[in-house]
Amino acid sequence: MLVFIFRRLLVAIGVAITVSIISFMLLHLSGDLATAIAGPESTADQVEEIRVAFGLDKPIIQQYFSWLISAVQLDFGRSYYFQDTVMDLISERLPITLTLGALALGIATFVAIPLGVLAAIKQDTWIDRLALMIAVVGQAMPSFWFALTLIVVFAVNLHWLPAGGNSTWMHFILPAIALGYYAMPAMMRLTRTGMLEVLGSDYIRTARSKGLSETSVVFKHALRNAVIPVVALAAVELGFMLGGSIVIESVFSLKGLGQLAWDAISRNDYPVVQAVVLIIAVFYIALNFVADVINAMLDPRLRVR
Amino acid sequence: MSQTLSNSTSSSPVSALSGPEASGLPVVPEWRRALNKFLGHRGLFIGSVILGFIVLAAIFAPWLAPHDPYVQNISQRMIPPIWHEKGTWEHILGTDKLGRDYLSRLLYGARISLTIGLTAALISGVIGTTLGVLAGYFGGRTDAVISYIITTRLALPVLLVALAMAALVGGSLEMVIILLGLLLWDRFAVVARSTTQQLRDAEFIASAKVLGASTSYILIRELLPNILSALIVVITLEMAHAILLEATLSFLGLGVQPPLPSWGLMVSEGKAYMFFQPWVIAIPGITLMILVLAINLVGDGLRDMNAPEGRN
Repeated sequence: MLVFIFRRLLVAIGVAITVSIISFMLLHLSGDLATAIAGPESTADQVEEIRVAFGLDKPIIQQYFSWLISAVQLDFGRSYYFQDTVMDLISERLPITLTLGALALGIATFVAIPLGVLAAIKQDTWIDRLALMIAVVGQAMPSFWFALTLIVVFAVNLHWLPAGGNSTWMHFILPAIALGYYAMPAMMRLTRTGMLEVLGSDYIRTARSKGLSETSVVFKHALRNAVIPVVALAAVELGFMLGGSIVIESVFSLKGLGQLAWDAISRNDYPVVQAVVLIIAVFYIALNFVADVINAMLDPRLRVR
Repeated sequence: MSQTLSNSTSSSPVSALSGPEASGLPVVPEWRRALNKFLGHRGLFIGSVILGFIVLAAIFAPWLAPHDPYVQNISQRMIPPIWHEKGTWEHILGTDKLGRDYLSRLLYGARISLTIGLTAALISGVIGTTLGVLAGYFGGRTDAVISYIITTRLALPVLLVALAMAALVGGSLEMVIILLGLLLWDRFAVVARSTTQQLRDAEFIASAKVLGASTSYILIRELLPNILSALIVVITLEMAHAILLEATLSFLGLGVQPPLPSWGLMVSEGKAYMFFQPWVIAIPGITLMILVLAINLVGDGLRDMNAPEGRN
């Protein structure tokens, strides 16, 4: 098991380095940086001055390593647009996105697991079909459109919740639903399949034949085992949500990481863009690593691969 | 098994014996069984019918559309659809903020969604299948390298990278297709890799090797036809994925550019009016959802037909 974790950790670090190269390239593909930093009204001399000052005259590999070394120390340089360092911007926004992600995951889990269990217990009844339908529709719904629809219904027509901003916890409810609905179908399906598999297994038959109540069989014996892969999936989904938050945050004008990325992208503020890409990717890699470990603890066969 | 055999060595006695004829059962042609299965699977049937309608609507858009989708008419702005009390038969689904006929834009928009979905899925299909087949067939170091590339790709947040790249190269229909094609190949690679691994040691591959077939012949003529059914399922899923991503990119302003009637763009243009005229975002949004739903139903159905025992 330790060997497995170690090997996976090596791969994860390798992937993180590859991603760092990609996000570094992103900055350099965007055009001449010295000109971009200097601004449109600068002279050729000023541009050259900046080129030397920022180390942009050095070979690209050297530039990459000095960028990487500062990036590891969480120093991503200064934003072109905002009068701030990239790290200040990110540490200000990250808690909002993490709150949103955690809430969304909570909502998704809260709906997906009971629905999945119910669908499995009542297999092939209308409840099962309804659950499947919700999942299928959920996967087909464009997230930005669902978010707008939530605003129209709950903020504009019913006046229950605010339409945008992030001043109170109420402001997080609609965005979290919009983001969570996105992750729910896969979790629901996995719970259902897992439950069906477990409910058909020998030890459940033993538990039933011992005369245990159905509730005890389902919740104490079956769910406990069926839910572990769902936890692993939830970790992966949280990573997806961090990437997907860009749409939801821009619709609800929630000032999180996604909104920051969106502002930076539309203003060609590439130091911020590459930092956000890298941070989200590293989060995602870490969460996948966690999911791998959970799955391997559950299923020893996976450790060999 | 009989199918895999008949694909490679149809003249050999083995396949003749293992076919249905050998068992003495009445012969039901392959396509009849497939058709029965198709009609018997409700989701697949409904999905195909809806998708068929949308494809026809897209193809015949110039004949079906009551108006030119690009012609603006300032005196006819924001007319509500027909079910609304102020609706007119002239504009069945109403008009947008520039007085353009909504139904006509919707019909032409189907062309954009379907074109992007299909071409992006094909580009990513070629990339992913090539990588997956090579990894699965050769194994060892090739597999390690390609698996690493797949893992790296999976670690990149698709939407964020697509947005950043679109901002770099400028949004347009062609750019969206190329970007999505270059980003969405991961599932093809994963599926092609695992199905190839399963077939790598199959008898028909071994016999082709013994007969002296070249590696490229084995991969393209023997292996590929046998993993195709699994890949077609992935094509449908990635088509749906690409269509949703295009809509999202266009909604955020970095995808298909105005005045093209992309459905995502229509939602974005209608956003300012949604409080008082919610139909401006409801119509393109629901259409988008129905299209993606239909494609997903077809995909799920095809998967069930391949592996009838496991529904999920």
